[in-house]
Amino acid sequence: MAKKFLSGNEAFAYGVRLARPQVISAYPITPQTIVVEKLSEFVEDGSLNAEFIHVESEHSALSCAIGASSVGARAFTATSSQGLLYMAECLPYAAGGRFPIVMMNANRSTALPWNIYGDQRDSLSQLDSGWIQAYAGNAQEALDLALMSFYIAEHSEVSTPFMANLDGFVLTHTYEVVDVPTQEQADAFLPGYETENKLDLQNPRNLAFSAGPDTNTFFKYKEHLGILNASEIIDKAEERFAEIFGRRYSGLTESYQTEDAEYILITLGSISGLVREAVDKLRAEGKSAGLLRLRYLRPFPNEEIANAVKNAKALAVLEKDISFGNEGTVYTNVNSALQKAGIELPTSNYIGGLGGKNISFEEIINIFDELEKQRSTVKFLGIGGEANGD
Amino acid sequence: MKPFLRDFIPTSYEDIPDATAFEAGYLVTKNAGWRNIRPVIDNTKCVGCLNCYLYCPDGVIFREGSKINIDYDFCKGCGICSKICKPGAIKMEAEK
Repeated sequence: MAKKFLSGNEAFAYGVRLARPQVISAYPITPQTIVVEKLSEFVEDGSLNAEFIHVESEHSALSCAIGASSVGARAFTATSSQGLLYMAECLPYAAGGRFPIVMMNANRSTALPWNIYGDQRDSLSQLDSGWIQAYAGNAQEALDLALMSFYIAEHSEVSTPFMANLDGFVLTHTYEVVDVPTQEQADAFLPGYETENKLDLQNPRNLAFSAGPDTNTFFKYKEHLGILNASEIIDKAEERFAEIFGRRYSGLTESYQTEDAEYILITLGSISGLVREAVDKLRAEGKSAGLLRLRYLRPFPNEEIANAVKNAKALAVLEKDISFGNEGTVYTNVNSALQKAGIELPTSNYIGGLGGKNISFEEIINIFDELEKQRSTVKFLGIGGEANGD
Repeated sequence: MKPFLRDFIPTSYEDIPDATAFEAGYLVTKNAGWRNIRPVIDNTKCVGCLNCYLYCPDGVIFREGSKINIDYDFCKGCGICSKICKPGAIKMEAEK
């Protein structure tokens, strides 16, 4: 391993290079651009033997990756925000076709108002597209996720495309010291992609066909099972990863001080670093606070959430998203997990960080303070008055 | 070889492939229900140029021995073959 000073984007690009993709099709968009720029440099300098295809749009970027995957190639693409939305038509195509493409998405606000900064509305709006969705917390995890994503997506029991999300700017553009594994280690971890789901002259197959009302549900059910199977394969991948690289991850969620916590904040992405510090401060003051970070939203960690919060008095969900006319989408999913597990708990939803607005340490402390009052509400951080639920 | 209708029709979970991928040329349902005129080939006028085969958007025209035939399970009745046929060997007839 070599230690390098890398941004989240660069770390992810290094991870992708280690995975030896055969085709990279991409279109640049802030704050994702650096990933594919870096990969194009790797292809240019000969350190990555891949076909780099600079397409004319994001719709084409994913279509091209689908084409590559349909001849059995390991395919990668990356995008963000409007680019992801432009790909929207192709997302369920890749998922339904069971093409295990890996895509990095730099989480960014969606227009209008036009805004290039980070929030999670882009990927959360595509939660139902049939893709695995992971959210990295730091640059090291981004690199490791890049490598693991191919293993998980391509596993024969999963065969599902994988969207790895990095918070725009906060994670994609900030620098950290990152352990970059050797190619030998990466090769020991990740086998080549083998599939029968491909066009093959020796064994001609009809790909991406129609299925009418009589058989359609079967295909959709199998697609559902594939993404559910990912839970187990994620554990397997992380176990294998720990053996080879010595870094251990904790599956669909990451708990911090939740075991005896009375008040738990559930969140995702890079903001969890700041929440961890807030938990430390509150613990030092004798308050019983905990953090549950959702590392994956699909498959959704229903049981992990129920286990982590079953002894809590109240919980809050902090997310950079709003499903207009209702509440934050992560909040909806979390409440569903509690309801299925028969857990009755006051829950609150905090909508923050929209369009890149900073979420402060004090705001996180305030969330915990408010949780002790155990009110159930949906609040927007950083705006007062009626909109704030007061 | 053109794809054709087979006997095996998947009806259960076990019959369904894991991905939308299956042995090539395997058609499981007819698709011609909206045709209201059908092309009929007069093989005495046909010169076997196969222009109709080249122009057919659905690939339903095929050679059977020395004769040209149409797979009515999949012909949509668009009439392009009739228009393109120089010897006038293909006439469109109303479906009854």
